[in-house]
Amino acid sequence: MPRREITSGNWAFAEAMRQINPDVVAAYPITPSTDIPMKFADFVANGKVDTNFVTVESEHSAITACVTASAAGARVMTASSANGVALMHEIFPIAGCFRTPIVFGLVNRCLGAPINIHCDHSDSMAERDAGWVHLYCEDAQEAYDTAILSVRLAEHKDVLSPVFVCQDGFITSHGFEPVNLLDDTAVKAFVGERKADFPLLDIDNPVTYGSFVMSEYYFEIKRQQVEAMKNVLKVYDGVAKEYEALSGRFYPKLDAYRTEDAEFIVVVMSSASGVVKDVVDELRDQGIRAGCLRVRMFRPFPAEEVAAALGGAKAIAVLDRALSIGGTAPLAAEVKSALYDAGKSVPVQSCVYGLGGRDFFPQYARDLFCDLAAGRVLREERYLGLLE
Amino acid sequence: MPKTLEVRWHGRGGQGAKTGSAVLAEVLFEAGKHVQSFPEYGAERQGAPMKAFNRVSDAPIRKRCGVQNPDVVAVIDPTLLESVRPTDGCTEKTVYLVNTPACPAEIKAQLGLPDAVKVITIDATKITLEEFGQNRPNAPMLGTFAHIFDEVPIEAFVEHFSHKMAKLPEKILAANVRAIRRGYEEVQIG
Repeated sequence: MPRREITSGNWAFAEAMRQINPDVVAAYPITPSTDIPMKFADFVANGKVDTNFVTVESEHSAITACVTASAAGARVMTASSANGVALMHEIFPIAGCFRTPIVFGLVNRCLGAPINIHCDHSDSMAERDAGWVHLYCEDAQEAYDTAILSVRLAEHKDVLSPVFVCQDGFITSHGFEPVNLLDDTAVKAFVGERKADFPLLDIDNPVTYGSFVMSEYYFEIKRQQVEAMKNVLKVYDGVAKEYEALSGRFYPKLDAYRTEDAEFIVVVMSSASGVVKDVVDELRDQGIRAGCLRVRMFRPFPAEEVAAALGGAKAIAVLDRALSIGGTAPLAAEVKSALYDAGKSVPVQSCVYGLGGRDFFPQYARDLFCDLAAGRVLREERYLGLLE
Repeated sequence: MPKTLEVRWHGRGGQGAKTGSAVLAEVLFEAGKHVQSFPEYGAERQGAPMKAFNRVSDAPIRKRCGVQNPDVVAVIDPTLLESVRPTDGCTEKTVYLVNTPACPAEIKAQLGLPDAVKVITIDATKITLEEFGQNRPNAPMLGTFAHIFDEVPIEAFVEHFSHKMAKLPEKILAANVRAIRRGYEEVQIG
């Protein structure tokens, strides 16, 4: 039966994994994603799933086991965070190129040093060019729903690419709130069985993965990955609508909140968007045309839709929870590029916030909208909530 | 009640502030409220001061940041009245729940609060030492919370706990239930 329960982002993701019942999970726990493999190990030990749960000695081994199992034709899931994600870095492009549709619970945590267990997006942003789909979730409900939806997206024949389902470490992963959970049989019916096109284990039709390719073919193979990622933009809404029919919840690529007639828009990802939306409502009550654009899909980046949502604004601020030290922060770079291509010359204030789990309070959003309305848009990057 | 009621718990690692906040959320959720419960994760070690938070509302809650201006402050360990600042960000409308043998007037004097501020004290440590021989103040503190959410009766707290902890040995469960009830009954309100 569908249920509504108090649970955390991590537990909700693990519950989705139980319902999906993947063939293989290989994981090596790291804070703050630890609860996911821990909870899932319980399900395995108690016979709640049929999964082959592979315990390994490092994140590098975990993702390697995932890639090979997926190439063999298995449905595969895992989870990690921060430096665990960084240790997997070598294998991520291989997963992307092998077109292994792994669904990965990425619980965002900053990269050391200095060592810090809290949230920012520096771990996933460092993997943005690996050929994986990146979906960023605002809350535990969305993390749960996105886990299920992503199985279908990753395995779609026009996509066949791995997916990161990102949620904010601690804020979402360890916060407890009500989450609507679907019926087990409904999830099972929605995800179906994986039917791999070229599985390694099909010995009657042998294939090679991981072959050596010189300059003659490497470029062409990468080009195919580009096309697969473009296809995500085409097929995503269809999958999301099917999921809506099942759950009543629709997750667009971009969550445009009161942006239609907005003069001032803040662009943000993940859990901080709730604060921005609350402030948008406050300002709207005062007659200020504020809006919030939450970017849920970061890879592929829906550039045309972003430009369409932002192009009519008088000023925009883009909030990044990651740095590109010496360059433009990742989301700001994408937004500016999207606007330029669309021929829209809107002033954009790039802001970095929340590094290492620094809280994002409503006052920061209020002040920011106030600056946008006053035309105070700087060429330099700004840092919100920084003590300086 | 304001649109979203915000609670800040002050405890020490291992005293159950996080669990208290989670159980409070569950009880209020069962009573039909929208809730959040989240701890502030620091260097997690036994005995270190820590905070946990709740948000409670009749509407869905979007805000996901720490609580800056709490409507309710729950102090599980009385020694924290000295070592952290439980009054940070509070207003004259903030209600305090303090585990202490002292009376509300003494706590107000200690924290420098005006007379008009509502302080509820409960000797939760004494109750749990008497009921099960351990200092686990969060069970009585939950009972004390029934004074804050007056639309949620103390029986809702007792029933939730009994249901959730049904696997506990009968004697221990009964002691906990008595502790919750005493946490409601033995308060001093000032």
